[in-house]
Amino acid sequence: MNSVYRSTAAFSSGLNRSARYTWAATNQSYLNICPAVKPQDTMVQWTADERAAIQGVFATLDYESVGRESLARCLVVYPWTQRYFGGFGNLYNAEAIMANPKVAAHGTVVLQGLEKALKNMDDIKNTYTTLSELHSEKLLVDPGNFQLLADCLTMVIAKRMRTEFTPDIQAAWQKFLSVVISALRRQYH
Amino acid sequence: MSLTAKDKATVKALWAKISGKADEIGHDALSRMLAVYPQTKTYFSHWKDLSPGSAPVRKHGKTVMTGVGEAVSKIDDLTNGLLSLSELHAFRLRVDPTNFKILSHNILVVLATLFPTDFTPEAHVAMDKFLSALSLALSEKYR
Repeated sequence: MNSVYRSTAAFSSGLNRSARYTWAATNQSYLNICPAVKPQDTMVQWTADERAAIQGVFATLDYESVGRESLARCLVVYPWTQRYFGGFGNLYNAEAIMANPKVAAHGTVVLQGLEKALKNMDDIKNTYTTLSELHSEKLLVDPGNFQLLADCLTMVIAKRMRTEFTPDIQAAWQKFLSVVISALRRQYH
Repeated sequence: MSLTAKDKATVKALWAKISGKADEIGHDALSRMLAVYPQTKTYFSHWKDLSPGSAPVRKHGKTVMTGVGEAVSKIDDLTNGLLSLSELHAFRLRVDPTNFKILSHNILVVLATLFPTDFTPEAHVAMDKFLSALSLALSEKYR
């Protein structure tokens, strides 16, 4: 039931969001036989407020610092994610991870990848085709990990923006991350 | 993924620092949950007002954090310590357990905004583990 929430979350429009969720919650069995409501066919709609919120968050981000801290936190809080970074050297404890230069460099790469989505907000799906293939076919990353890194990034942003990271801004940011994650998952077969 | 002695000590130390603002944390986390994950609103159709700052949201935030505080004091045996809370959630409230994860996430977001220096990576992992263990204990009686 909750994968339904996640896919509808990615493609819900600015209006009627609550109604869509409530409908989906009570009519889950109908979704499979109602192709008109298939989330994959719906283009993502962004309200002006959502665009402003997401751009506003990005404007605060120092890619190197935020990238490093987000990836480092992911490796500390969800240590099984370290499986993808065998070549990164010393990941033995939190201090080592936070100080690791390869972690820092890769954190920046991740943020730069997110910037691509920001610059192509109306077509994140296609913008991320190559990235999705890279993660699924070459890097072989379990897509569940995208949510883990996304959550750590949200924490780091919350830490820096503090109360300026209002619930409404968090909602827009969460929607953006859901769309990014969904696009990254698309080429997994 | 059970709590180590270090995790428990970290959680208790962090709770000592933040418990003074427990009501505010609960209210903020709940507001964020309702705004960012609107499907959670389906559990509160009996509230007149679900907006941040409303009386029911404040009151319920306090209720939730009282439960978290109770869990901290019973951190050595969450399953048995939270049995009656689990029965409440399983038989009366019947909250889908996935929502525990959503609320836990928002509690962590609030801790990051209110206590940025205390919310170190070590504190983050300990709290994340604790809230997961709490959620598991709450789900104990479900089936």
